[in-house]
Amino acid sequence: MQEHVIERLRPNPTQDTKPYWDGLLKGQVLIQQCADCGIFRHYPRPVCPQCHSMAFDWREIEGHGTVHSWTVSYHAFHLAFKKDLPTAYITVDLPEGVRLCAPLRGDGIDDLAIGKQVNIGVEKLDADLAIPIVRIAQQS
Amino acid sequence: MSSISEKGAVTGIGETEYSRSSGRSSTRLQMEASLKAIADAGLSPQDIDGVIPYATGDTVAEDFITNLNLPDLRFSATTPLGGASVLASLQAAICAVDAGVANHVLIPIGRNGASGIGGRIGSRVQNLPQFRLVGEFEMPLGQIAPAQLYAHMARRHMEEFGTTSEQLGEIAVTIRNHALLNDNAIMKEPMTLEGHQNSRMISDPLRLFDCCLESDGAAAVIVSSAERAQDMAQPPIYVMGIAEGHPDSPSTITQRPDLTKLGTAKAAPRAFEMAGVKHSEIDVAEIYDCFTYIVLCQLEDLGFCKKGEGGDFVQGGRIALGGELPINTHGGLLSQAHMIGLNHVVELTRQLRGQAGRAQVKDAEIGLVTGYGDMGDGAVAIMRR
Repeated sequence: MQEHVIERLRPNPTQDTKPYWDGLLKGQVLIQQCADCGIFRHYPRPVCPQCHSMAFDWREIEGHGTVHSWTVSYHAFHLAFKKDLPTAYITVDLPEGVRLCAPLRGDGIDDLAIGKQVNIGVEKLDADLAIPIVRIAQQS
Repeated sequence: MSSISEKGAVTGIGETEYSRSSGRSSTRLQMEASLKAIADAGLSPQDIDGVIPYATGDTVAEDFITNLNLPDLRFSATTPLGGASVLASLQAAICAVDAGVANHVLIPIGRNGASGIGGRIGSRVQNLPQFRLVGEFEMPLGQIAPAQLYAHMARRHMEEFGTTSEQLGEIAVTIRNHALLNDNAIMKEPMTLEGHQNSRMISDPLRLFDCCLESDGAAAVIVSSAERAQDMAQPPIYVMGIAEGHPDSPSTITQRPDLTKLGTAKAAPRAFEMAGVKHSEIDVAEIYDCFTYIVLCQLEDLGFCKKGEGGDFVQGGRIALGGELPINTHGGLLSQAHMIGLNHVVELTRQLRGQAGRAQVKDAEIGLVTGYGDMGDGAVAIMRR
């Protein structure tokens, strides 16, 4: 029987956003830092919301953060994600001052709480697409 | 600054039947509702010289000229605020009739949201341009539908303020009870709090019964200048105050500084100030109810209670018919039909005319209606008979 291939949802990057996706494919989560006033911004955009400078650098994030909010999805809104259900999606406060939203991998879906420490990683889905993911930080 | 307070009125309303399978095109549905609204206003189609179609719908101003044979359309616009579009359109229509650009502006909404070509609403919102950030950065992760995206706001509210799923259930049950009084509501069976709690989880904390319907049908309203409205077929329903508000980080909830605030929080003080009324003077409120949590959050952002107190506020019958602030007397998006909130404007107009049948709020003189859309746009109108 021929396997039915479910096409993934893919981003359609612009000149403003392509470096973010290229970074993920290299295993890096990159965000923009204003070259003039120094604040970080995310999602990618051409103008600094604080000083309106268009000069910026791409910076790799420290790679950790804390839970700001979350949801656990039980319903498949797209067939490509059905096999992963239930999936927790975490809104993470990064030390850089922006947020990142990513699916939880590994343990911890049943005891999520605001402020919980998490680590950010990258998951390569195929040759053309990699996404950020979240893991609960191990207690030291 | 001059104000548009009391400069415009809703003078005609129309609705088709609401269903899950209309069997007719959305354009035809909108023409049916529009002709009903025009007749209700005591006008004929050639009197319509303004139209504001739904910004992301499939019917444009030209379709109304063609189908209704409008001789001289002088004003058209669109207001892309998702579910807040209807009230942003009402605001634009009042500006137009007050400035004399048009005399009678038609605001139609119609869709085959349940049966339509192109898939159900939940799976096609991502194509809207105002969803671009979500479309690029969250959908490839599997965060696709409003239920998933909005759940982060609801969870944050629950964790910060102790809001419970039972309190969201109280909203769903109350609105269902109101739908049972409405012959043109899709949901016909009673809902209990237990039934709400047993409905399947869609995206925690939002259960199936926290989510609105996807439905087929159309609604339309006519907006005329306050001066012209005095001599028309129906008692005019004046717009005392109206405003739209856009939240911080309007295109993605993830980056919003305060997840528990909507654009409503910016619009509400302006609408109340323009209207010159107090919260205690509102006799009935039709609150945009795509999800139960969004009702609760708006009640706070509107100022009916403080931030964090919405859960307590909705309990004890306060928001039911006979309560202090009856809401969604028609059954709302949750239990009547999803007409992008134009059914809320139609219902408020009926209430203030005294034409709301079994759901009539006794002596309703002043009412409020809200819209909410996309990732948090809000709009508020305060109206009187």
